[in-house]
Amino acid sequence: MAQVIVVTSGKGGVGKTTTSAAFATGLAQRGKKTVVIDFDVGLRNLDLIMGVERRVVFDIVNVIQGEARLNQALIRDKRVDTLAILPASQTRDKDALTREGVSTIIEELSADFDYILCDSPAGIEKGALLALYFADQAIVVTNPEVSSVRDSDRILGVLQSKSKRAEEKKDKVKEHLLVTRYDPNRVERGEMLKLEDVREILAIPLLGVVPENESVLKASNTGTPVIMDTESVAGQAYKDAVGRFLGEDLPHRFLEPDKKPGLFRRLFGGRAA
Amino acid sequence: MSWLDYFRAARKEEAPPSASAAKERLQIVLAHERIGRTREDFLPRLQQELVAVVARYVAIDPGKVKLDLDRGGDMSTLAIEIELPAPSPGRQAAAS
Ligand SMILES: Nc1ncnc2c1ncn2[C@@H]1O[C@H](COP(=O)(O)OP(=O)(O)O)[C@@H](O)[C@H]1O
Ligand SMILES: [Mg+2]
Repeated sequence: MAQVIVVTSGKGGVGKTTTSAAFATGLAQRGKKTVVIDFDVGLRNLDLIMGVERRVVFDIVNVIQGEARLNQALIRDKRVDTLAILPASQTRDKDALTREGVSTIIEELSADFDYILCDSPAGIEKGALLALYFADQAIVVTNPEVSSVRDSDRILGVLQSKSKRAEEKKDKVKEHLLVTRYDPNRVERGEMLKLEDVREILAIPLLGVVPENESVLKASNTGTPVIMDTESVAGQAYKDAVGRFLGEDLPHRFLEPDKKPGLFRRLFGGRAA
Repeated sequence: MSWLDYFRAARKEEAPPSASAAKERLQIVLAHERIGRTREDFLPRLQQELVAVVARYVAIDPGKVKLDLDRGGDMSTLAIEIELPAPSPGRQAAAS
């Protein structure tokens, strides 16, 4: 049986799709058979971030409505052979997704994959509820910023009351906190919530911290999940997070601000270069 | 104040760190939201019922009811201000 993992946040633009792409790729690189599903019907983007936008023929709505078979809609990644992508529909409206339809798809995928990642749309409406409904585990993506933390808290409440596991009174959905777009320099200046503050407030186990990093934009430009940029701090942070998810005990990195330029450099033009 | 303090104060002149305000505000609002998650929004009804009770005794203008809620960390306050009609128009004019 596959593990179903929802990548969720409540708030939009915090890094869910970036995380879904990176995490799915990371799990697949570790040999896990992984499929990542885009639940953002109408605002499909995972295909672009994964770099498979030109290969989309059918989407999840086609499958639910019986217009295509699941195997026809799945896009097999050309870089990592244990990775597949199920795109969202760009033209249909959100109501095209039904709980029964999604249930059938997840059941079918369960037979062939180890992990099913669900990239949730923003909000706490139908699309987001459906993305988290079948979850065994949740990666709650949070930025160190008041509205994002509040929305994460809200979505934790939803996970605990409206997921299938909650409804059936099974063990609760396993929660992981992933703090993204973390800027240690701003934290040091007192402008941004500290990691410790976010942890204290949300009080769920920390999976990782992904720093604010230019490489994320670059990766999206070329359609390469940022975890494949092994030189970048964001790529490395995601790789660590995947390792922790698989049970490794890794220290958190990239939490300290850049080294301050020495007096010498400050006096004699550190900017020259 | 020693001369060292003077320098310290001068450095602190810049805006105070805002992150601690963020944390405090979040802790307070979430404490309330976690409790009220299922039964939010009782305030409009509370206001209606209170006004109805008062209206049984005094003729009041429902437009002149003010409800103020302050959700604090240790204590919350709910202030209800109901403006009562002036005793009589004649006297009010004389007073002013
Ligand atoms: N660690 C990061 N550093 C810099 N930019 C980031 C980072 N994570 C995400 N972003 C940027 O934030 C924006 C929103 O990311 P996205 O993954 O689409 O969020 P969501 O799916 O939650 O709406 C994108 O422009 C993305 O490039
Ligand atoms: Mg997204």
